[in-house]
Amino acid sequence: MAAKEKPPKEPMPPINVWLAPVALGWLVPGGGHFLLKRTGRAALLCASVTCMFVLGLLMRGAMFKPQSGDILTVLINWGGFVGDIASGLLYLLTTWLGYSQPDMPGAVHDYGSKFLVTAGLLNILVMVDAYEIAGGRKS
Amino acid sequence: MPKMNLSHFEASFLFAVFSSVVLGVVSKRTDKERLHYGLYVFGCFVAALFGIGWLMYFGHG
Repeated sequence: MAAKEKPPKEPMPPINVWLAPVALGWLVPGGGHFLLKRTGRAALLCASVTCMFVLGLLMRGAMFKPQSGDILTVLINWGGFVGDIASGLLYLLTTWLGYSQPDMPGAVHDYGSKFLVTAGLLNILVMVDAYEIAGGRKS
Repeated sequence: MPKMNLSHFEASFLFAVFSSVVLGVVSKRTDKERLHYGLYVFGCFVAALFGIGWLMYFGHG
C-alpha cells in the first residue's frame, strides 16, 4: 500500500505583509481586520472581545501575574498572564489605570478572571485569522 | 466601578454568546458557513451548559 503523501507545506508569507495587521490586531481587537478592509467582521470581533473583557472587569476578575513555584503554579499563572496580555490595549490601559483586583474567593470573581483570560485567547484566534487573510490563505 | 453580580447561567450564557461569535467569524470561509458554525457552536455551549448543570444536580443527590 502506498504511503499517504503529505500535502506540500505552504511557504510563509513575507513579514511585511502580515506584521502590521497582526500587531494592530493585538493592540486593538479586530484592528487587523479593519486594516485589511474586513469591516463587518472587524466590528463583530472587536465588540465580542471587548465586551468579554469589560464584563470580566465588571465582575472584578483578577489578572494573572507570572509566578514561580511548582509546575502547576507556573503553568497556570504564566498561561493566565499570556491570556491577559493578549487583549492588547485593553490589558495595558487597565493595568496603567491602576486596576489590581486581588484573587478572591467567589463564583463571580472566578468567572471574571475566566472572562479576562478568554478575551485574550479569543484575540489570539483573531490575530491568526488576520495573519491568514493578510497572507492570502483566506478571503 | 460597580461590581456586576451575574448568576452562573447568565455568566455562562454571555460567555457562550461572545465565544460563538468569534469562533464563527474566524473559522470558516463564507458568511453563510460562518453563521451556521457560530450558531452550531452556540448550540453546543448551551447544550453543555444544561447537560452539565443537570449532571451536577443529580450528582449532588
